[in-house]
Amino acid sequence: MNNVFVYIETECTQVAEVSQELLTKGRKLADQLGVELHAVVAGTGIKGKVEDQILPYGVDKLFAFDGEGLFPYTSAPHTDILVNLFKEEQPQICLMGATVIGRDLGPRVSSSLTSGLTADCTQLEIGDFDDVKTKKHYDNLLYQIRPAFGGNIVATIVNPDHRPQMATVRSGVMQKAIYEGKAKNEVVYPEVSKYVSPEAYVVKVLDHHVEAAKHNLKGSPIVVAGGYGMGSKEGFDMLFELAKVLHGEVGASRAAVDAGFCDTDRQIGQTGVTVHPKVYIACGISGQIQHIAGMQDSKIIISVNSDPDAPINKIADYVIVGTVEEVVPKLIKYYKQNSK
Amino acid sequence: MTKALKIVVLAKQVPDTRNVGKDAMTPEGTVNRAALPAIFNPEDLNALEQALRLKEQHPGSTVGVLTMGPPRAGEIIRQGLFRGADTGWLLTDRLFAGADTLATSYALATAIKKIGDVDIVIGGRQAIDGDTAQVGPQVAQKLGLNQVTYAEEILKIENNIATIRRHIDGGVETVEVPLPCVITVNGSAAPCRPCNAKLVMKYKYASCPLERQPEDPRADLYASRDYLNLNQWSVADVDGDPNQCGLSGSPTKVKTVQNIVFQAKESKTLTASDADVEGLIKELLEEKIIG
Repeated sequence: MNNVFVYIETECTQVAEVSQELLTKGRKLADQLGVELHAVVAGTGIKGKVEDQILPYGVDKLFAFDGEGLFPYTSAPHTDILVNLFKEEQPQICLMGATVIGRDLGPRVSSSLTSGLTADCTQLEIGDFDDVKTKKHYDNLLYQIRPAFGGNIVATIVNPDHRPQMATVRSGVMQKAIYEGKAKNEVVYPEVSKYVSPEAYVVKVLDHHVEAAKHNLKGSPIVVAGGYGMGSKEGFDMLFELAKVLHGEVGASRAAVDAGFCDTDRQIGQTGVTVHPKVYIACGISGQIQHIAGMQDSKIIISVNSDPDAPINKIADYVIVGTVEEVVPKLIKYYKQNSK
Repeated sequence: MTKALKIVVLAKQVPDTRNVGKDAMTPEGTVNRAALPAIFNPEDLNALEQALRLKEQHPGSTVGVLTMGPPRAGEIIRQGLFRGADTGWLLTDRLFAGADTLATSYALATAIKKIGDVDIVIGGRQAIDGDTAQVGPQVAQKLGLNQVTYAEEILKIENNIATIRRHIDGGVETVEVPLPCVITVNGSAAPCRPCNAKLVMKYKYASCPLERQPEDPRADLYASRDYLNLNQWSVADVDGDPNQCGLSGSPTKVKTVQNIVFQAKESKTLTASDADVEGLIKELLEEKIIG
C-alpha cells in the first residue's frame, strides 16, 4: 500500500532504458517518502529474461505478468493489468515513460481510476501543498514539474486528492544508476487471467516493425545541432560532415525539424531528446526555451550564430559570431589540420 | 462491403504557441487564451483529413466536428464545414472552464453519447498548447471503446473492422480494431485539404447563437437557412454532471507557474576569422575537450 510504482516497458524481452531511468528516480522518491519501490511489467515470454534488467535499480517488488497477447503492446490488456493491480495495491505514485506506449496507456489508466496524470515531466520532487481555496494542507505530494505552453513557462502540478499521482517522463530526462543500497528484490508472477478480461484482446497487431536506432544521439559525447538558420536540408549536410570528423552525432531544433531540414528522431528539446554531451555545438539555433530545456546540461556549449544577441548565446561558453556557411567549414578544416 | 459511417472529429482551437507573449498566462496559472492568436490545432486537421477520406470511400457517411471552448471556438466548426464536414457541435459553458484533460474528456465523452451511434471518434494525437496526448485515450476509456493512438493512415474499413497503420517508437505497426473506436492521428499523417471555395461561400455566416449580436443584421438569414445555425451545447444540454466538468472535475491543480530563467554563463565571444576559429579548435584540443 502507498508505494511508488514504475511501469516497465519492453520490446520483446528488452527493457526500455526510460523505464530504468524512472526506476532510479522512483527509488529516490520512495526513499524520501519512506515507502517501497515496486515495478510492473507485462509481456510474452519475459519470465527469466527481464528481471535482471529491472531489479538492480532498487526494486523492492516486481510484478511480472507473462502471457500470450501481452506483446506487442495493445491498450486494453495493459490497462486492465494496471487498473486491477492498482486497485489492490493502492500506490501513491505511478511513473511511466512519455513514449508512444506510456502516452497511450497512462491516460487510459488515469481515466479509469479518475486520478490525475501529468505528461512529459522534467522534474519530480516531493513537497507540501496548501490549497488556497479549501484551506487544506497536504504533506508529501508529488510535484510534477513540466514546461508548458510551448516551453515558455514551467508549471508545477499537484494531485491533492486522487491516487495514484501519475506522471510520464521522456527518455533521457532522468539518469539511470544501479542502486547501491539494499532493496528487497522480490518477484511475483501473478495469474494474467485474474487481471485481464478475454475481451481485452480484441485489437490485433498484424505487423510490428521496429528498427534499431539509426544513431546514438542521446549517448553521444559530442553533439552538432542545427536550427532553422541552417536554411535547408542541404545545409545540414555540412553538420553531418562536422559531426563525422568530430565523432559526434547530429541533432536539430524543433524549428529545423518542422521545416523538414532534419528527421524528427534527431529533435533535441522538451518535445524531443534530452542530451547531456561533453560538447554541444549549436549552429544557427536561436535558442527557444523548449530547445534549451533539452541541452542545457551540456558541459561546453559553442554557439555559431550570425546574430550576436541570439538567446542561446547567454548560456554558451563560446559564441562565434558569423554565418554557419562560413564558420562550419572552418571548424572542419582546422580540426583536421590540428588533430594529431 | 462498405457501410455508411458516422464520424465525429474532435478538434480544438488552440493559442498559437509558436508566438507567445508575456501576458499569456493568468495569475491562476491557466492559459489566457484571449491574448493570443487562435488556430485550428494542427494534428486535428490531420484527423479531419482522415475522416473526410473515409466519407468519400464510404458513401452516405457523415462527418461532424465536436469542439469545446468559448463561443469564438465556433470558428473551428466553420473551418471544418469549409473543408467538407457536414455538421458540428460547440460545447460551451462557463462550467467547462479550467478543465484539465480528465474533465475535458468527461465533457467530450458525454457529448459523444448525446450525439449517439457514433462509429468512429477521431482527433489529433495532441494539442500544441498542452502537448499531453491524453484526451483521446481518456475519451475512449470513458466511452468503453478501443483506441488506436498515433495513427498515420486508416488503410481500410471492412466488415466493421478498421485496419490502421500507426507510428510507434522506432518503427511502424499495423493493427486491426473493431468499430466503434477512438483514433488519434499523428502529425506525420497526410495534411488536410484546403478550404473549398463553394463551401466557404455556403457556410461563411454559419455561427452558434452565442457568437451573434443581440440584434444580428443576419437574423433573417438564420431564420431561412437552418444549416447556418451551428449546434451549441451547455453542460445541461448534454446531461453532464457539473462536478465532473471544468475546474471542479480536474484532479490536477496548478501549484505554481514560473517563467523560465536559465543560468547565464560568461561567454567568450569570437569572430568568424580564421585565427579565432583555429584558436578555439586548438584550445579545445589542448584541453582534451575534443579528441
